[in-house]
Amino acid sequence: MKGLIPVFRRELAGYFTTPVALVFIVIFLFLAGVFTFQLGKFFERGQADMVVFFNFHPWLYLFLIPAVSMRLWADERKTGTIELLLTLPISLSAAVVGKFLAAWAFTGVALALTFPIWITVNYLGEPDNGTIFAGYLGSLLMAGAFLAIGSCISATTKSQVIAFIVSVVICLMFMLAGLKDIQAFVSGWVPFEALKIIGSFSFLSRFEAISKGVLDLRDVLFFGSIIAVFIAATGVVVNMKKAE
Amino acid sequence: MISIRNISKRYGAGSGSILAVDGVSLEVNAGEVLGFLGPNGAGKSTTMKMVTGFLTPTSGSAVVCGRDVVDDPVGVKSVIGYLPEGAPNYPDMTPSAFLDFIGRIRGFSGAEKKRRIEAVVERVHIGGVMKQPIETLSKGFKRRVGLAQAMLHEPPVLILDEPTDGLDPNQKHEVRNVIRELAGRGDVHSGRAVVLSTHILEEVEAVCTRAVIIAKGKVLVDGTPAQLRAMSKYHNAVTITVIPPLSAAGEPVNVAKDFAAITWVADVEDQGVRHVPVSAAGPAGPRQTCTLVPKGGRPLLADVASFAKGKGWTIETIAVDGGRLDDVFREMTTRDLARESRPKATAGGAA
Repeated sequence: MKGLIPVFRRELAGYFTTPVALVFIVIFLFLAGVFTFQLGKFFERGQADMVVFFNFHPWLYLFLIPAVSMRLWADERKTGTIELLLTLPISLSAAVVGKFLAAWAFTGVALALTFPIWITVNYLGEPDNGTIFAGYLGSLLMAGAFLAIGSCISATTKSQVIAFIVSVVICLMFMLAGLKDIQAFVSGWVPFEALKIIGSFSFLSRFEAISKGVLDLRDVLFFGSIIAVFIAATGVVVNMKKAE
Repeated sequence: MISIRNISKRYGAGSGSILAVDGVSLEVNAGEVLGFLGPNGAGKSTTMKMVTGFLTPTSGSAVVCGRDVVDDPVGVKSVIGYLPEGAPNYPDMTPSAFLDFIGRIRGFSGAEKKRRIEAVVERVHIGGVMKQPIETLSKGFKRRVGLAQAMLHEPPVLILDEPTDGLDPNQKHEVRNVIRELAGRGDVHSGRAVVLSTHILEEVEAVCTRAVIIAKGKVLVDGTPAQLRAMSKYHNAVTITVIPPLSAAGEPVNVAKDFAAITWVADVEDQGVRHVPVSAAGPAGPRQTCTLVPKGGRPLLADVASFAKGKGWTIETIAVDGGRLDDVFREMTTRDLARESRPKATAGGAA
């Protein structure tokens, strides 16, 4: 994939040359803190683990990840730079994957900056750092899945606002697919097998185990496949829509 | 260097589809600067987008430096420098970071990349703004950054979509100078093949060695700017201003009808009589200006001059028209294409 690294570098640098990176990271860290300490009652629980920290990640990502992914392609299409990018001697897949990886690396940086919470836990008690590591890994994977979906949605429109809203809705659907209320709602008109399949797409149920530190290979494969499928779809959509 | 082979592009499918480019074939050689002319929506940009590998042709193909754009798009992209319409750049980046990115993607690194960036920055004179975000630059500078991007790898083929659109006259002049210099105009050995689209006709005269007029997706005319001009009905037309004789009542006599009597004059366009103060050519009084359109582009100057002399009229000014590109352009592109039986009219031999 010739050209992947320059595309990745440019995209990643793009976050940091604008206030986007700063605003995103500050809000991400602030909300992660609020969720963990206020809503999650981190201290009151009196347990040296990061379960409450990870528990809120899907909800944090629901709004913050589409904010990162919305500009990926919508912006290129709006400013016309897509024509420049796709007439450089690189393959379409290098452009799609390079941009996705940059967005993923950026969220990775934001996630890594939550390390003071990890230090706090280690200072206050003796947590199982293995489970914490697994939690981080799982969280990063889920962020990747959200990003891949957002990237694909971003490619369908020139408007970042539309990309954001549609991504939030679709990510929400993926998240909630496993909840009892939703399952009860659709159970009336879909067969039981389909219900199980819909439920298996739920990010929330998948991530529940991960937040406890159980990194099941099936969950890793699940998020990995979501990423792969939506990245491939991004390529198809970009190719289809580039002329508009 | 560029060989466009019966290329077509259809947008959409079914009855609502639009045939934007309809079987265009062209050859462009090194040292040529080909001006792509046509009204908006004629298919200029679409053709360029297909040659540069941005859009996939519906049928046909283009071969650039021996590489086929359908089979080897990345190969073609590596030998082309392309300035898309409106010169899109990443607004948040500085020209320095932007050119660095282009350099990397074009496969340069280290000293080689630095040398190339320096050379191209020198060439388009953007040294002073290298550290400013592109969005803060003037249109002229943005365009130059776009040109720098297209030239960084010193490509044998340059494709520029409306390179001077929206620039002020000084900026246009500068950009044209850069293009002319780049092309190594007329030099078949070291020159580049340059294709530029425009709807500014003076630009064609200023920089192009060859002009192609396209409308409704078809090539209508292909020739040198001089050949194109020669297709104008005003080619070799004579515009003459004389002091007309006065009638018995002291009114100036209309001489337009007299001019129509000259054998090779097809048409006389009377531009009217005006009254002027004392001038070098004669006393204050009426002057009549007529444009005489020749039959079949035949030179008229000598006939007209001797005719006026024979009549005893004083000639104040007389000028020969080389032909008007905008006239040819208008005639070609507004002509009913359905009646156009020739698929490709060539202007050869008319000059």
